[in-house]
Amino acid sequence: MAGGPAAGGGASSSTFAGIRHWLLLPSWLVIGFFLLLPVLLMLVYSFLTKDFRGGVIWEFSLAAYDQFIFDRGLFGDEPPTIEWIYIQIFWRSIWQALLATILCLVIGFPTAYFIATRPQNTRMLWLFLITVPYWVNLLIRTVSMKFLIRDNGPLNEWFLAAGLLDSPIRMINTDFAVQLGLFYSYLPFMVLPIYASVERYNFALSEAAADLYADRWTALRLVVIPAVSPGIIAGCILVFVPSLGAFLAPDLLGGAKNFMIGSLIEEQFKGNAGNWPFGAAASMILLTMVLIVLMIYARQQARGEREGR
Amino acid sequence: MPETDVNVSAARSDSPDAAPQSRAAVAIKAVRKVFGLPPAQVTALSSVSFDIADNEFFTLLGPSGCGKTTLLRLIAGFEQPTDGEILLFGEHLEGLPPNKRPVNTVFQQYALFPHMSIRDNIGFGLKMLGVDKSEIAQRTKRMLELIQMESFGDRRPSQLSGGQQQRVALARALAPSPKVLLLDEPLSALDLKLRQAMRVELKQLQQETGITFVFVTHDQEEALTMSDRIAVMSAGELQQVGSAKDIYEAPRNRFVADFIGETNFLDVTVEEVSGSQALCRFGPARLTCSTAGPTTAGSAGHVSIRPERLSLTRPSNDDDLVGTLERLIYLGTDTQHLVRLDDGTEITVRAQNAHDSSLDIAVGEKAALKIDTGAARLLVD
Repeated sequence: MAGGPAAGGGASSSTFAGIRHWLLLPSWLVIGFFLLLPVLLMLVYSFLTKDFRGGVIWEFSLAAYDQFIFDRGLFGDEPPTIEWIYIQIFWRSIWQALLATILCLVIGFPTAYFIATRPQNTRMLWLFLITVPYWVNLLIRTVSMKFLIRDNGPLNEWFLAAGLLDSPIRMINTDFAVQLGLFYSYLPFMVLPIYASVERYNFALSEAAADLYADRWTALRLVVIPAVSPGIIAGCILVFVPSLGAFLAPDLLGGAKNFMIGSLIEEQFKGNAGNWPFGAAASMILLTMVLIVLMIYARQQARGEREGR
Repeated sequence: MPETDVNVSAARSDSPDAAPQSRAAVAIKAVRKVFGLPPAQVTALSSVSFDIADNEFFTLLGPSGCGKTTLLRLIAGFEQPTDGEILLFGEHLEGLPPNKRPVNTVFQQYALFPHMSIRDNIGFGLKMLGVDKSEIAQRTKRMLELIQMESFGDRRPSQLSGGQQQRVALARALAPSPKVLLLDEPLSALDLKLRQAMRVELKQLQQETGITFVFVTHDQEEALTMSDRIAVMSAGELQQVGSAKDIYEAPRNRFVADFIGETNFLDVTVEEVSGSQALCRFGPARLTCSTAGPTTAGSAGHVSIRPERLSLTRPSNDDDLVGTLERLIYLGTDTQHLVRLDDGTEITVRAQNAHDSSLDIAVGEKAALKIDTGAARLLVD
């Protein structure tokens, strides 16, 4: 519980209060300029009218949100029916992001646990190895992944040469490719927070569980995982949120069929063909969903703290 | 807890070293433990053997790094011995993981599960053993009563004080009715008052439940007050096993004499040996000593004499053990007299103030040391 530095005595705290605003100014500037202002801009744009060459006309309109939900025909004069395309794209994105999160968790948890239980001096090396690919630009990594899993790419060639396959399997432009891309992009965001919790975990608890007749799996399920759950939740959020808005992996590896929210939004702002208010509205809807997820997490954290974790 | 019988424990200290083989709760046989790989190996235990009898309060006592905790962890199954074997009621434990051993541990820092209620903590072992829910609830309730914390069942460990957490750790380990309870310095994190109260409670609990307790501590007072028998350990080796009285009054070697209580050491020459008695010479004086082990006439040795078994008189004979009274330290119940012998050895004499009306020897004067019969102990080195 942060009591805050202002909890001191009367006179000194009042002088401190005066100075505090100035000391906090840089943070307010950063938050305002880099966080609030762009989001506010998007919010405003989402309620404006689109201009045909990109950009906006300053005229209030709900058209962007309307377009997201309803289909009013080509000329906008037919009776509205529910427009499923965008909802489907959102649904698919959530699904893909969830799957990627689960994949990262299943691989990332054992990895983090492994690293955290190595001797102190070798842990840094393992962590370094996990983060090494991130010194290379995401675009380049995704493109090389695309190259790797092409129909006649090295992966298929190795499998063929090893006699594991008779003919190349299709990996590129499938959900599998998107998953692979997302997994590869965001694995460290799962590993690092879990590593941090496991490293702080008191292994005497595992010994106590074993001493009280729990086998390894039961001890893992009933003692280890609940104790490191803050790290697991943090990791899941850190993977789920960017996966939801990702556009590089779906675009490059998933092809046209595996369109995701990120690509949809990206397209609205690209070139002259876009629809800025629509892109902004989709962003706002995405942001709202992310905020809901974060709020559930925050509420759970607060409950955990009340229960004295 | 009343499942196990209580009657056996009474008259144990009579034959301390001869715990009957068949009833040994824990038998440690030539156990050696080496940590690490060849270039940087550390020997934590070098060939330790002894038996712990059923229903016994057995203490492993020694300074930190003496191997006592390692031994406890070997019994619990958290470590495997490099050599030797451990038997539990005659059964080999080799290769059995901790969750397959009918022993439970009270950990030094308690290791309570932070995300579970006190009730769930205590019931954890029973749940793992597949005991049905109503039975778990009943036995958990009984354990809560036993530790006098009936109203704390729904709290979390972090909401309890250190002493309360300690009791919960004890209840959690006792709930599955283990055959042997292992306690790893369970009192070390408590403050003095609580520690003293818990000593009495632990001893009482052991007598009531009849469960064999193996208690690890570095605190000699704890060991002396609670244990039926004590194993004194140092540098991975067993120094002596015996009752508190044995260890204090008849220490085997210099380490034991020095580690338990206060003592005086004299460097003597052995003159005559007959049975378990030896006549030793120190300067002009001759001392009759009990021997801790085989010795031969003419060899040099160390004699230990407890300060309270010495008294001071005016020198009268030529063969008295004589020194100069250098200092008096008043300690309330006792007075400590520091005497410098003629060869430079410093001797502490402790006299109870109640009896000792007033010593007529002043500081700086010569004084003769009188040794109680049977108080001098010739040590094995």
